[in-house]
Amino acid sequence: MKRVPVVVIASIFLVGFAYTAPAQVPAPQQSAQPAPAPPAPPAHGAPAGFVMPPAYPVRPPADPAVVDHGKKLFVTSCGFCHGTDARGGATGPNLVRSQLVLDDKSGELVGAVIREGRLTKGMPKFDMPDADVSAIATFLHSQYTNESGAAPSAPINIVVGDAKAGQAYFSGPGKCNTCHSVTGDLAGIGAKYEPKDVQNLLLSGGGGGGFGRRAKSTPPAPTTVTVTLPNGQKYQGKLLRIDAFRVALTEDDGQYRSFTINGATPKVEVHNPLQPHLDMLLTIKDIDIHNLTAYLVTVK
Amino acid sequence: MTKSTKFLLGLSIVLSSCAVYSQGLDPALLAKPATDSWPTYGGDYSQRRYSTLKQIDQSNVKNLTLAWIGNLPLGVGGGSFFAPETAPTIIGGEAKEPLAGGVFPPRVGGAILQVNGILYMSAPDNAWAVDARDGTVIWHYFWKSRGGTHIGNRGMAMVKDWLFFETPDDYLISLDAKTGKERWHKEIADFNQEYFSTMAPIAIGNHLIVGVGDDLDSPGFLQSFDPETGSLQWKYYTVPMKQGDPGLETWKDLDAASHGGAQTWMPGSYDPETHLYIFSTGNPTPAYTSETRGEGDNLYTCSIIGLDVDTGKMKWYFQTSPHDTHDWDSTQSPVLVDAPFQGKPRKMVMQAARNGYFFVVDRVTGEHLVTGKFSGAANWAKGVDKRGEVMRDPAKDSTLAGSLVSPDNGGATNWPPPSFDPDTGLFYVQLREVYAMYYLTESNQRLVTGLGGKEEDTVGNLGTSLVAIDYQTGKITWKYKYPDAGNSYGWITGLLTTAGKLLFSSDTAGNLVAYDPTNGKPLWHSRIGAISNAPETYLLDGRQYILVATGTSLLAFTLPQ
Repeated sequence: MKRVPVVVIASIFLVGFAYTAPAQVPAPQQSAQPAPAPPAPPAHGAPAGFVMPPAYPVRPPADPAVVDHGKKLFVTSCGFCHGTDARGGATGPNLVRSQLVLDDKSGELVGAVIREGRLTKGMPKFDMPDADVSAIATFLHSQYTNESGAAPSAPINIVVGDAKAGQAYFSGPGKCNTCHSVTGDLAGIGAKYEPKDVQNLLLSGGGGGGFGRRAKSTPPAPTTVTVTLPNGQKYQGKLLRIDAFRVALTEDDGQYRSFTINGATPKVEVHNPLQPHLDMLLTIKDIDIHNLTAYLVTVK
Repeated sequence: MTKSTKFLLGLSIVLSSCAVYSQGLDPALLAKPATDSWPTYGGDYSQRRYSTLKQIDQSNVKNLTLAWIGNLPLGVGGGSFFAPETAPTIIGGEAKEPLAGGVFPPRVGGAILQVNGILYMSAPDNAWAVDARDGTVIWHYFWKSRGGTHIGNRGMAMVKDWLFFETPDDYLISLDAKTGKERWHKEIADFNQEYFSTMAPIAIGNHLIVGVGDDLDSPGFLQSFDPETGSLQWKYYTVPMKQGDPGLETWKDLDAASHGGAQTWMPGSYDPETHLYIFSTGNPTPAYTSETRGEGDNLYTCSIIGLDVDTGKMKWYFQTSPHDTHDWDSTQSPVLVDAPFQGKPRKMVMQAARNGYFFVVDRVTGEHLVTGKFSGAANWAKGVDKRGEVMRDPAKDSTLAGSLVSPDNGGATNWPPPSFDPDTGLFYVQLREVYAMYYLTESNQRLVTGLGGKEEDTVGNLGTSLVAIDYQTGKITWKYKYPDAGNSYGWITGLLTTAGKLLFSSDTAGNLVAYDPTNGKPLWHSRIGAISNAPETYLLDGRQYILVATGTSLLAFTLPQ
C-alpha cells in the first residue's frame, strides 16, 4: 500500500506542499514576514470544518502475503515480456501506470486480459485460477509510486565530493572562513546533521521558508532594519515586514513599531546576515557544493 | 485583404456559428478588447489583459476607493448568524454525501466573468453569481465531489445564458446563468488515471474548449464540446497515442509517448483571423526523471500549439522546453499581439514561461521570432539553439548528490496571468528568482512515475519582481523588485493594464497596487490581504471598477462620485 493516505496529503497542504507539490502551483500564501512554523495538523489531518478529499481513488490496504504471492506469479508468468518489476520490457508495456490497470478494481479487467490474451499484440492466453489472477492484480496495484518520499530501492549516499578540495574551497575561493570556523560555529556540524541537511545548510545559511528541509534549522541571526526619521531619530530592530509602503520592526525590548514609507522618507536600511549566502547562489558550482559537503560531514 | 476586413471576416465566422442572442452573452464581445464587460478568461480572446477603459487614469488613481466587498458562501450551508444568506444554494454532484463544510481550501483564483451587470466566478466545487453593483450573492452552486486534486479553478466560460466550469473530479458542468440550476454535467476525463480538471473552458462559436490536468503519467488532451448539448466534437491528444503519430520519434517508444503528460490545464487564446486556438502544454512525465522517456524532445510537451478550432488538428507548434526535467509546464498564458516587429506589422503570440525564458512566435506560421531570458537566476540551460528553443543542461537534472537549480519548482512565473500593453509596447510578468537543491531519490528510474523520485529543498530566494519586457528584443526594460523581509517567497497573482496608463497588480505583501506602466513606479495602493486572482476591470452604470478576490471575498474599487 504505497498510496499517500488522505491524512498525509492534508498535512502536506498545511506545511506548504513540502513533498508532493503538484505541477499546478497552489494559491500563493502571501506573507511579508517569515512564515511561522505551521501548526501541527489535527489527528484527522484537516482543519476543523474542512475536509480534504482524496486526490485520486484510494484502494483499500492489501494483504502483504497476497502481494508477495502475486509478485512471484508475475515474475514467472509475465516478467519475461513486462519486466520482473512490471515497468515494461522488450515486448510488453509498463503495467503499473497502464490505463487498464488503473481502471481495474480487483482483477476484473486484468483477469480478462490474462485469460483472453492480446493475441494481435503477441500476448498469449494464460489459464489461471481466480485467486492467482486476483493476486497478480493486487501486486500491480501495490506497485504504484507516484509520491515523492518513497523509500529508495537501494541506499543513496549523497557524499560524492572530495573532502580535501572542499577544505581548500572553505578557506580559499569560497571565503567561508571569513564568517565561519569548523572549531567555532560549525563545530560538530557533521555529527549534528545528516549529509543532505549539511549540504542544504551550507547553501542557505539556515532559516525557514520555502520547501523541504530548510525549515528544520533556525537562521544564525534575524534580518534587522534601521529606520531613520527626518529629525534624525533612529529605530532599530528585527525586521518583521516591509513593502513599498510600510516597514515594521520589533525593538530589542519587544516593542512593535511600524512606519509609513513615502518615497525616500524615512530612510530604511535592511541588514540581512544571510546576504553573502544569497550572493553565493549566483556563482557556486555543484562540484564545489559537493566538495564542501564532503569536507563538512567530516567535522564531527 | 486589409487587416480590418480580415478581422471582420474572422469575426463573422465566430458570429455566423452562433445564433443571434436577445439576451445572455453577446459573442461579439469576446473578440474585442475588454470594456464594459469581462466575458471570457482573459477579458478577451487575446489574453492581453488590456482594457480600453480610461475613466481611472494616472491623474485620478490616487482617489480610488472601495466600492463594496462581497463574501461568498461556502459548502452546502452558507450565511452566518449575523448575516443570514438569502441566496439559494444549488447542490449537484455524483458523490453520495457532500463533504461537510466544503473542501479545503476554496478560493477564487481564476477569472471572474462580468456580463450584463452580473459577476460569475468559481472555485473548486463551487460557483457563484454576484451582483456587480454591490457584491450581493445571487446564487451559489455546490458540487459534491468524489475527490481529485483541489489545487485551483481558473474560472468559467459563458455562451448565451449558459455557464460552464470544470471540477477537480473531472466533470464539465453547465449551469443556467439566471438561476444557477444545472443544465447537465459530463465526465471529461478518467478519475482512475488521476486526472483533475481546473481549466476555465473557452467558448468559441459553437465550440467549448476544455482541458485537463494530471500528475501521474497520463496523456494530456483537449476536447471540444457542443455548448448546447455537451456532445463531444473532437479530442486532441498532446502526445503521440498510436504508431505513425507525429512526434513519436522524439520518445523512447509508444508506451513512453502515450504516458508522456503535456497537460492542458490553462486556457488558451483564440485568433479569429486564422481560426486557431493557441494554447500551451504542460511538462513531460515522469516529471523529474527522463531515462524512460528517451533522449528526444518529447513532443508536444512544453509547447505552444496552434490548433484549428473546427477540426482539433494541429497547424503548428513551437517547443519552449524540449525534454523538460523540472516539472516546469509551459502552460503560461499565450498572449496574442498585433504590432510592428523589425519595422513590419506582425501577428505574434508571446509567452513568458515557467522556465525563465520569454518567447515570441509568429502565430500564423509558428515561426520563431525572439527568445529572451527574463530570469537572471535561471541556470538550468546550456543556451538557446538554432530553433530558438532552450537547451537543457543534463547536469542540472535532479541528481543523487544534488543539483543547485533556479527556478524552483514554482517556476520563474506560473499561472498568474501576464499583460501586454499596446500603449507602451511592453509585456509585463511576475518573476521569481528562487534556488533549490534538486535531488534524485530513486537510482532506478524505471520505478518512478509522475512526480516521484525527487526531493526539492529550497536554499535561497533572490526575490520576486515585476518585469517589463521589450518583445522585439526579449530584454527587460524595467524590473521592480518587491521589498522583502526575507524568505517570504511571495507571489503576485496576475496583471492588468488599462488605457488609463495604469498597470494593476498585487504585490507580495497583500497590497493591490496601481503602477506607472512605463517605469514601475507605484501610484496607488490598498492593503487588502492575500489577493488570490488577477485584477480585472469593467464599466457599469458609467463607473469603472477594479475587481479582485482575496480567497472567497471579492473587493471592487472605483472613483468617488
